[in-house]
Amino acid sequence: MLARTVSAIALTALMTAPAVAQEVWVSNERDNTISIIDVPSLEVIETIQVGARPRGLMFSHDYKVAYLCASDDSTIQVIDTATREILHNLPSGENPETFALHPDNRHIYISNEDDNITSVLDVVDRRIVAQIPVGVEPEGKAINHAGTIAITTSETTNMAHWIDTTTHEIFHNSLVGSRPRHAEFTSDDKRLVVSAEIGGGLHVFDTETFEELAEIRFEIPDVHAHDIQPVGFRLTDDMTRAYVALGPANRVAVVDMQNYEVLEYHLVGRRVWHMAMSDDETKLFTTNGVSGDVTVIDLVRGEPVKTIKVGRFPWGAAYRPAGS
Amino acid sequence: MVEPKETKARDGTKYDHGRSFHRPNPRDSLDAAFGRGQAIRCIHALPVCLAALAAAAVAEPINVAIAYLELQVERPPVLTNLDPIPDDLGRMGAVLGLADNATTGGFMGHDYSLTETVVPAEGDWSEAARAVLAESRILVVNAPAKAILTLADLPEAQGALIFNASAEDETLREADCRANLLHTMPSYAMRADALMQFLVSRRWTDLVMITGQRDPDRAFAQALRDAATKFGARIRAEKEWDMSSDMRRNIGQEFPLFTQDFPSHHVMLAADETNDFAPYLEFHAWEPRPVAGSAGARPDAWSDRVEAYGAAQLQLRFKRLADRPMGAVDYAAWAAVRSVGEAVTRTGTADPADLRDYILGDEFELAAFKGAAITYRGWNGQMRQPIPIATRTALVAMAPMPGFLHQVSTLDTMGRDRPETECTAFD
Repeated sequence: MLARTVSAIALTALMTAPAVAQEVWVSNERDNTISIIDVPSLEVIETIQVGARPRGLMFSHDYKVAYLCASDDSTIQVIDTATREILHNLPSGENPETFALHPDNRHIYISNEDDNITSVLDVVDRRIVAQIPVGVEPEGKAINHAGTIAITTSETTNMAHWIDTTTHEIFHNSLVGSRPRHAEFTSDDKRLVVSAEIGGGLHVFDTETFEELAEIRFEIPDVHAHDIQPVGFRLTDDMTRAYVALGPANRVAVVDMQNYEVLEYHLVGRRVWHMAMSDDETKLFTTNGVSGDVTVIDLVRGEPVKTIKVGRFPWGAAYRPAGS
Repeated sequence: MVEPKETKARDGTKYDHGRSFHRPNPRDSLDAAFGRGQAIRCIHALPVCLAALAAAAVAEPINVAIAYLELQVERPPVLTNLDPIPDDLGRMGAVLGLADNATTGGFMGHDYSLTETVVPAEGDWSEAARAVLAESRILVVNAPAKAILTLADLPEAQGALIFNASAEDETLREADCRANLLHTMPSYAMRADALMQFLVSRRWTDLVMITGQRDPDRAFAQALRDAATKFGARIRAEKEWDMSSDMRRNIGQEFPLFTQDFPSHHVMLAADETNDFAPYLEFHAWEPRPVAGSAGARPDAWSDRVEAYGAAQLQLRFKRLADRPMGAVDYAAWAAVRSVGEAVTRTGTADPADLRDYILGDEFELAAFKGAAITYRGWNGQMRQPIPIATRTALVAMAPMPGFLHQVSTLDTMGRDRPETECTAFD
């Protein structure tokens, strides 16, 4: 009797649930797959076969498709979000590693890591419309919310290149710490944040003056300084917090972005790389490259709540909100 | 006398041995940086790309002239001819480092050039060195320890900044250290300590060792003995291999007998730096034990098996340039040129004394694809670095191993540490 009641409730829940629940998509660099995590149950519900060495992963602004850098196939794959089918491959230039989507939902700025190039892809015409020479090993990509500035970080040149999205020319270079990996603009576009993996810091720039406002440093008891390697990070919409993946320190730092103080560290899986944040900013999903799993951090309770096994070397993560 | 000799590299570039080959900037460096033969993979015309680079320049234009100087050595014959040592070993590392620097320099208004001088074994080393020093005050050297010392002691070399990218001898960093000489190649002691940390971390502490008869074999063997003492392993027996038989044909008969009287052990160490007999040891000893040292699991400045920490990109860039895998001397030469580039980028000067101060100071760090930032030891100019231990097919470990702690840097658990140094030239 009890069992029947439970299943009846479950059935009702299924029927009344929105057509699509929230998901997190994770690219597995060494498995050539994407793991799809169902957010309510925190379980992998599907694994999609994709191209070789999948790394950068993001959804279009309308969430209809996902874009994936299949690095070793030198292509951007377009995946139907609903059916999980690979719709087509887009030209990307050689070895695309990461990218960013312009607010116009049409142009993707791509890092071609072996060619020292930033390529600009038009997803409608399916062609590369510009290639911009940048420093050695371009990696991090960001576009401001106004759509006027694109950033490329070069890992060996140790710079953030500021690119005018109209002329496709570099108009400024900011030196940062060694091996800059990731860049993001604050929601008001007034600050640019860049992580330096080997340098060990998070650099904050004023986007008007290019002046460096702060370098945020991390210290963890019993973890050697050279193991603290900031890679991916996320900024909250209200600009009060940054969550920073610290690589082989196996921690995610919580940073107060008003006074640039580190508030706390969450222990996650091994060599934490990138992350996705839920749209209500209550959950963080970190890709842990070496341990091959995703740590879910409950940002309200302020603690990790679950580890989810995914494929080998999970790299990128993207969040798909409910109803999309 | 230096005899000019001309050879042709695989990429078609001609090099005059004994003469300077100037690699002008920025066009050639860009070619190298963007992949030879494809020039700039820019959909715009080349001048537009260059204009874009120039427009982005932010600092005063400065010229950084780096010289690569090599003394060819007579290589002793070894049993197998399957693994020839490339003629351009070391030089190609410097060329790649220059390409990396030039790309960054393009954004900074810093112009880098590299002259390449290769002196034949019978050539006049001092004369060639003087000629190079007259043109450039920043040198990357690929030569035996003795020749490097001769160079560093030339009156013309005082105030220059010289990088040793080849010699592993401990004395060059200790009693014979020189203020104008830094070392990007790890010492024998650093390599031996790296391997011993790995063996001890696996609790394989009972060892035996077979040593060759050449000087580098003996130097590495001594480093392994010291490392065993340092980390608490035990070399229970040693034997010298006298090279009197052909291991390619007779190893199955010779080697089981040769090793039959060894006491029981976990691992057999080989100190055979020219790779004469060591590659044949595995599977032929009396006891079935793994081989480490010069063959088997080998600690080195670099291995083409290193893949993590972005190394795959460096390996690919090198392979595109040189058409072969990157070796330890290539890596050391690359790291030297990149160290100069990093220091120039951060200080905005090409003055060798200022660059030296910056490189030896606390601010300096170089991302060098081994997982930890590269810095230099202020007391003897040795580059601190992780050391990969790899077989021919796979990476075994990246030392320092977890648990080997140090109050300043875990990288200083490998090689001679500050309290033990005999070097006084850096005081």
